[in-house]
Amino acid sequence: MRGLLDGAPSSVVTVGVDLLAQALDDQAVAVDRVDWRPPLGGDAVAGHLSAVLADARRDAANRTALDRLLGAEAELVDVVPASEALGLQRGTFLHAGPPITWERASGPLRGALMGAMVLEGLASSPEDAESRLADANGVTLDPCHHHHAVGPMAGVVSPSMWGFVLRDPVHGGMAFCTLNEGLGKVLRYGAYGPEVIERLQWMARVLGPLLQQAVRRRVDTTGPVDVRSIIAQMLQMGDEGHNRNRAGTMMLVRELVPELLELGAPSGDVSDVVRFCNGNDHFFLNLVMPACKLALDAARDVPGSTMVVAMARNGTDFGIQVSGTGSQWFTAPANTPDGLFLGDFGPDDANPDIGDSAITETGGIGGFAMAAAPAIVRFVGGEADDAIATTRRMYDITLGEHPAYQVPVLGFRGTPTGIDVTAVVRTGVLPVINTGMAGRVAGTGQVGAGLVSPPEACFTQALDALAARAR
Amino acid sequence: MSHEHVEVRTGTYHDSVTLMQASRSVASVDGVVAAQVAMGTPLNVDVLQGMGFSLPAGVGASDLVVALRTDDEAALAAGLAAVDAALTSRSEGTSASTAEPPRTTGIALRRNASPLAVVSVPGPFALAEAMDAVAAGSSVMVFSDNVTVAEEVALKDAAAAQDVLVMGPDCGTAVVGGVGLGFANVVEPGPVSIVAASGTGAQQLMALLAHGGVGVRHCLGLGGRDLSAAVGGRSARQALTALAADPGTELVVVVSKPADPDVVSALEHQAAELDLAVEWATLGPGRPDLTSAAERVIERLGGHTRLWPSWGPEQPRSPGHALRGLFCGGTLCDEAMLVAGELLGPIRSNIPLSSDLALDVSGAGRWDAGSDHAMVDFGDDALTRGRAHPMIDPSLRDERLAIEAADPRVGAILLDVVLGHGAHPDPAAELGPAIEAALDGASQLAVVVSLTGTPADPQGFGRQAARLAEAGAQVHLSNAAAARAAAEAVRTKEPS
Repeated sequence: MRGLLDGAPSSVVTVGVDLLAQALDDQAVAVDRVDWRPPLGGDAVAGHLSAVLADARRDAANRTALDRLLGAEAELVDVVPASEALGLQRGTFLHAGPPITWERASGPLRGALMGAMVLEGLASSPEDAESRLADANGVTLDPCHHHHAVGPMAGVVSPSMWGFVLRDPVHGGMAFCTLNEGLGKVLRYGAYGPEVIERLQWMARVLGPLLQQAVRRRVDTTGPVDVRSIIAQMLQMGDEGHNRNRAGTMMLVRELVPELLELGAPSGDVSDVVRFCNGNDHFFLNLVMPACKLALDAARDVPGSTMVVAMARNGTDFGIQVSGTGSQWFTAPANTPDGLFLGDFGPDDANPDIGDSAITETGGIGGFAMAAAPAIVRFVGGEADDAIATTRRMYDITLGEHPAYQVPVLGFRGTPTGIDVTAVVRTGVLPVINTGMAGRVAGTGQVGAGLVSPPEACFTQALDALAARAR
Repeated sequence: MSHEHVEVRTGTYHDSVTLMQASRSVASVDGVVAAQVAMGTPLNVDVLQGMGFSLPAGVGASDLVVALRTDDEAALAAGLAAVDAALTSRSEGTSASTAEPPRTTGIALRRNASPLAVVSVPGPFALAEAMDAVAAGSSVMVFSDNVTVAEEVALKDAAAAQDVLVMGPDCGTAVVGGVGLGFANVVEPGPVSIVAASGTGAQQLMALLAHGGVGVRHCLGLGGRDLSAAVGGRSARQALTALAADPGTELVVVVSKPADPDVVSALEHQAAELDLAVEWATLGPGRPDLTSAAERVIERLGGHTRLWPSWGPEQPRSPGHALRGLFCGGTLCDEAMLVAGELLGPIRSNIPLSSDLALDVSGAGRWDAGSDHAMVDFGDDALTRGRAHPMIDPSLRDERLAIEAADPRVGAILLDVVLGHGAHPDPAAELGPAIEAALDGASQLAVVVSLTGTPADPQGFGRQAARLAEAGAQVHLSNAAAARAAAEAVRTKEPS
């Protein structure tokens, strides 16, 4: 029996009443004390927790889900409009987070939808768009996540918007994400003024088609760009892949510039495209997100698995999905991020948490790889030690470590990956998400950036559902 | 003018022992009349209400309740300061290291592998911690009670698959390689290993063997339900197999509360196949008590049984007619009912030998067994929910002792005191005065104590025995002898 009877135990882990640990101290036995506290939800979750932990499928199911997540790769294979990539019809708009209606939509989501209505020619002005959306006349809203897509912040995707198409050559999955518009007054932060619409039109007219030709040429000549490899490198160059994508952006541009130069396109257009990509430190975020989405989609639908496969917010609700519970969303009111503000903006101007970008944390980077990005630590509130402590803490709620994504300062340890619902409920440690902050009022744009955590109730609800399916 | 203060603190958690210690230190502050600092479990709410405190509606098990009654406002301030001091000193002690302490058993084992874990969190949460240990390939002692049978079965099946042992749930005692876990007496190493579906039964056996000069190698606790039909001896099977392969074990003693006969016979079969020398101390009507099992073991190993020691008055004095047993140890209570029952007839209990003898003890200290003989196990799940075990915190039993002593129908009170690691540091210091008070003016009453311990126990066995005898109790090392003496004291008395 595994050495139990061979002699005095080398050490004993104790959890609970300290008196029992003291009795071991008194006998000069090495004691490792657990700092136990009741789980999230207290007594009410006890039965559910036991049912899920006693589920005989759990260990193997989580190993399967984690193996798929860690084994997934991500290649950039195309750039096309959403109508082509997703079959998106005129009048249908995708959005970030769990399902929501116009009535419950927050300011930034409303602003982004209004802008997209104008862009698609479905409204003559933002005001006209607002009244049509309120009437729900010929307009359909659906989460990006339901279409193998992810959208940053408001995450609004309309048929004419161009985006990246990524493929997972291991599991055969596909994921889509729009092209990043830059910072400040942009549609994803809920701004919809004329400059926002003009930029989107230029992206559809010049940026999208040129990137398409460059990417297709690259695929034909040297093969697709390996996005996972760039993510692995960016983590070692000071990016965490969510709030900081500077190194990743530079590496992408480096990959595509030769192709762009050889397209024979007008040099003014080519330089505009390169300048646009280079001028936006978040350009590569829109490739990191679908790369993570591919990996997490591969891990979906493993019966008995307690691993989180999506965390997403629509500006009103925070929602999570879990491998063992199919496409069911577990939602609760989104928290408001805590962080630093641009210009004169302050906490009262910030909208509750919004965006599908928490897919990066779900995939084991972003806030989970905070220790890799000392430069942003102060921006999101804290010292370098806090960043290391944050990443370390995330190991306590994850199922494994990502072999490709490593953190130099932690001795090249893999990032904490695969959030386990039971671990979150038991430890009370919530995932840390690095995020931007959108203005509460439609049309404002970005007001800051900081840190946020999901509401506890998402995890206790998921636990209930897992318990109902436990065997 | 007296001040009453009831405060509910949410988002705070302390284990019941810490809170008991806090309550005690606050109660000793000058001007504090009554103090209770406790999590708001149903039982504690009951206790608080019994103390006359009125609680706000909706207090739950995850709320900390601070209730104080003081002489004046200054004493209230001093009392509250003492509460804070008692609750913060501990957290400073545990946060000394710079790394964040592990919050689950799984995290602790991921950081540092250990062959063994001890789980004593509240029962509904015990499976999670124990399952962590099993998954990490570590054996685990589950001290917690209030774990369901289904959880116990799931846990033990997982353990068998991992080739590790689950001791418990509700396992109070184990000794592994000389290290005592939970409540354990200090014993010399020796050729006997004990497999115990009974904590205090194992302790009684170890104490008797120690006095007979026989040492103990391992004592593997199983939890009181392991030999029930539902659990089917799952841990016992593993323990017997492992001990058969253990070169240091010459003889195994299986000790149990009244067990399922089919499970016992399956184990007897297994032991025969393993060619393992086993003595059976599975209690039941018509079966030998623990003392005679110990005598058999000692004789088999070539030792000599002696007269088991006792202290205090030769004859209990002028007794009334009803017997009351107030126990911390469930098996000691079972054994006492079996022994005394043969002399006295039916004995009512919260852990009755048959269902028609059930005594409802819900509502803490407010039951009444009338003129009947009765024995109560204060360590039973229903009386420990959200509280420390009575071997650590005997206050409920002490209160009951005073109530029974004041009842003119009660002729003898039988109490158990168990020494060893984990138990109260000086039980006689608390129980002695309570016995003196009980005997004071109660000329119809005898008090008999069953004292389980070894000469090496930290409390000082001789000193404990002397103090209890000095208080007027008749003290026995053998629990069966104590039960017999108490029963003799009330035998032939008719209800008046």
